[in-house]
Amino acid sequence: MNKKMTKNKFKPIKTYGIEKDRLLKMYFDMLKIRDFENAITDVYSRGLMNGLAHLYIGEEAIAVGVCANITSRDYAVSTHRGHGHLIAQGADLDKMMAEVLGRKDGYCKGKGGSMHIMDASKGILGAIGIVGAGIPIATGVAYSAKYRGTDQVSVSFFGDAASNQGTFHESINMAAAWKLPAVYICENNLFGISVDLRKVTGNPNIADRAVGYGIPGVSVDGNDILEVYRVTQEAFARARKGEGPTLIECKTYRQKGHHIGDPGKVYRLKKELEAWKKRDPIKTLKNRLIEEKIVKEEELIYLEEEAKKLVKAAVQFAEDSPYPEPEEALEDLFYTNRRRNKVND
Amino acid sequence: MTKLKKVTYSQAICEAIDEEMARDKNVLILGEDVGILGGNFKTAVGLYEKYGDLRVKDTPISENGFMGMSLGMALTGLRPIIEIMFSDFLLLASDQLLNQIAKIRYMSGGQAKVPLVVRTTIGAGRSSAAQHSQSLHAIMCHVPGLKVVVPSSAADAKGLLKTAIREDNPVVFIEHKMEYNNEYEIPEGEYTIPFGKANVLREGKDITVIATSNLALKAVKAAEELAKEGIDVEVIDPRTLVPLDRETMITSIKKTGRVFFADEGYERCNVVAEIMMDLMPDIFYYLDNPPERLCLPNIPLPFSPALEFPLIPDQEKLCKRIKKIFKD
Repeated sequence: MNKKMTKNKFKPIKTYGIEKDRLLKMYFDMLKIRDFENAITDVYSRGLMNGLAHLYIGEEAIAVGVCANITSRDYAVSTHRGHGHLIAQGADLDKMMAEVLGRKDGYCKGKGGSMHIMDASKGILGAIGIVGAGIPIATGVAYSAKYRGTDQVSVSFFGDAASNQGTFHESINMAAAWKLPAVYICENNLFGISVDLRKVTGNPNIADRAVGYGIPGVSVDGNDILEVYRVTQEAFARARKGEGPTLIECKTYRQKGHHIGDPGKVYRLKKELEAWKKRDPIKTLKNRLIEEKIVKEEELIYLEEEAKKLVKAAVQFAEDSPYPEPEEALEDLFYTNRRRNKVND
Repeated sequence: MTKLKKVTYSQAICEAIDEEMARDKNVLILGEDVGILGGNFKTAVGLYEKYGDLRVKDTPISENGFMGMSLGMALTGLRPIIEIMFSDFLLLASDQLLNQIAKIRYMSGGQAKVPLVVRTTIGAGRSSAAQHSQSLHAIMCHVPGLKVVVPSSAADAKGLLKTAIREDNPVVFIEHKMEYNNEYEIPEGEYTIPFGKANVLREGKDITVIATSNLALKAVKAAEELAKEGIDVEVIDPRTLVPLDRETMITSIKKTGRVFFADEGYERCNVVAEIMMDLMPDIFYYLDNPPERLCLPNIPLPFSPALEFPLIPDQEKLCKRIKKIFKD
């Protein structure tokens, strides 16, 4: 992989010499996320889902571009808008959808829901519902990697709004001071619910803050998956070599409201949304793959159909899964060797 | 017969950490001034020199940040011990402690295991005023998902801390800052004390006094005085508030027919109110008197010793209140 990268470094092509299989997998993973989120809108409208659903539509290139660098040994900490990170990391769509519908076969047995899906086996150590709260957790994971002498990397996903929490500052400062193998991915979609980042932030270029911590900060087009992939690849290499953390700001836009139920209209300009939709991350990759004659359109259409099938099957699996029994609400508070958890322990 | 040795309360804490760090390479300690200074209360003396910078980590003043980091460490196989200098500062880290650490196992349907210890201090009496004197352990008990330990003597502190470090769930370990320099006899060698086992510090037949942290020791002294007046006090130290050893307390109250609680937290929503309510269905018909409590009045702690000491629950106030029960 690295050899090939070097060889192609100066060729004016836009796919950076990334192998076809990897490009197709990226395309497929983005489709899975898009279809999964669309399916959630559908189950929501059918009254099958309760609670909050924060959709990742429009931001798929970030999760997939970043996670294409993650090996099975690495870790990531996700957010309330976390479905994309999990799918990009290879989480099971059936168990994800079952969790979203509050069923027994969900990842968290119905205790977490859409906002808190965890797949520890894939290194996703939690989806954290408090804005910015995942950043120190991911930083501790990076400390642990260094402590144990591994070359593991810890990725922290968070949004633009989280960058104004104290946890952002506290964590990145410590990671910089101790050269921890962390990669900080700021998904800058410009809005914290309805509040425009540009109205509440002195300098809305989040990557600029890296200077203050003495670490590299890079701003990339978050709708261009290959840019995201290339920049995070460098950050991963730095982290693995013990050179410390990197702050990467991926500029993007959520094509939907903050959650299902928020039409996302009153606080933003229609023409801004339309402009970003024209640069949709999935369409952008598709066009490039066809333009550069890397694939035939039929191959992509096949993947589009396959992704839809997988998501459809996931919805079916979730609908067929039973609800947990009420008494299960009292389990899983504390770890016990006896696999028995009493609420008052 | 176990051999005893004399150490201060801080030395006992230090020994527990040292022994556990030597026993398990995944144990590390981090916090403000735990490194070169050996801890603000001298509870980590010599550890930095012995175990090095990676395992004994001085942090910046970023309580929420390093509290959250400890969770990341615990989720990936380490067993961090965090030192939060004063329980007042726990509030800075309360999102990570109460929303993340306490909940991640539950939210993930049991996927996460969180072996970490948060050590902190409570107690007034140092003229430290309203932001360095509070006893906020009740808040830790309110939120499900944390085990809460309030040791009294140095011997208990050592044995319970070793159990806390070996525990596979998050533990908030609450030390009383007025005890650090006091000398105690503790057993030689390694030992642990299990959670959820209250300690009957003194047997008596007239009244049960349930007192937390170092008030348990003060209650024993009060009991000796009261004995001279013919009041035979049974003193129980719950040791751990979560889990709570209800049985020992119920048995005692059924025997004495009276119960008095003492705790240094603010009176309103004090943890003893919860304990009393929890025990009530089992003790109600055995009580000869209404249960009473001695806590900190509902006021921030003032600076001047002339104002501070009259507020703090102590041996003298305990004696007075208990005598009154028997006078009435």
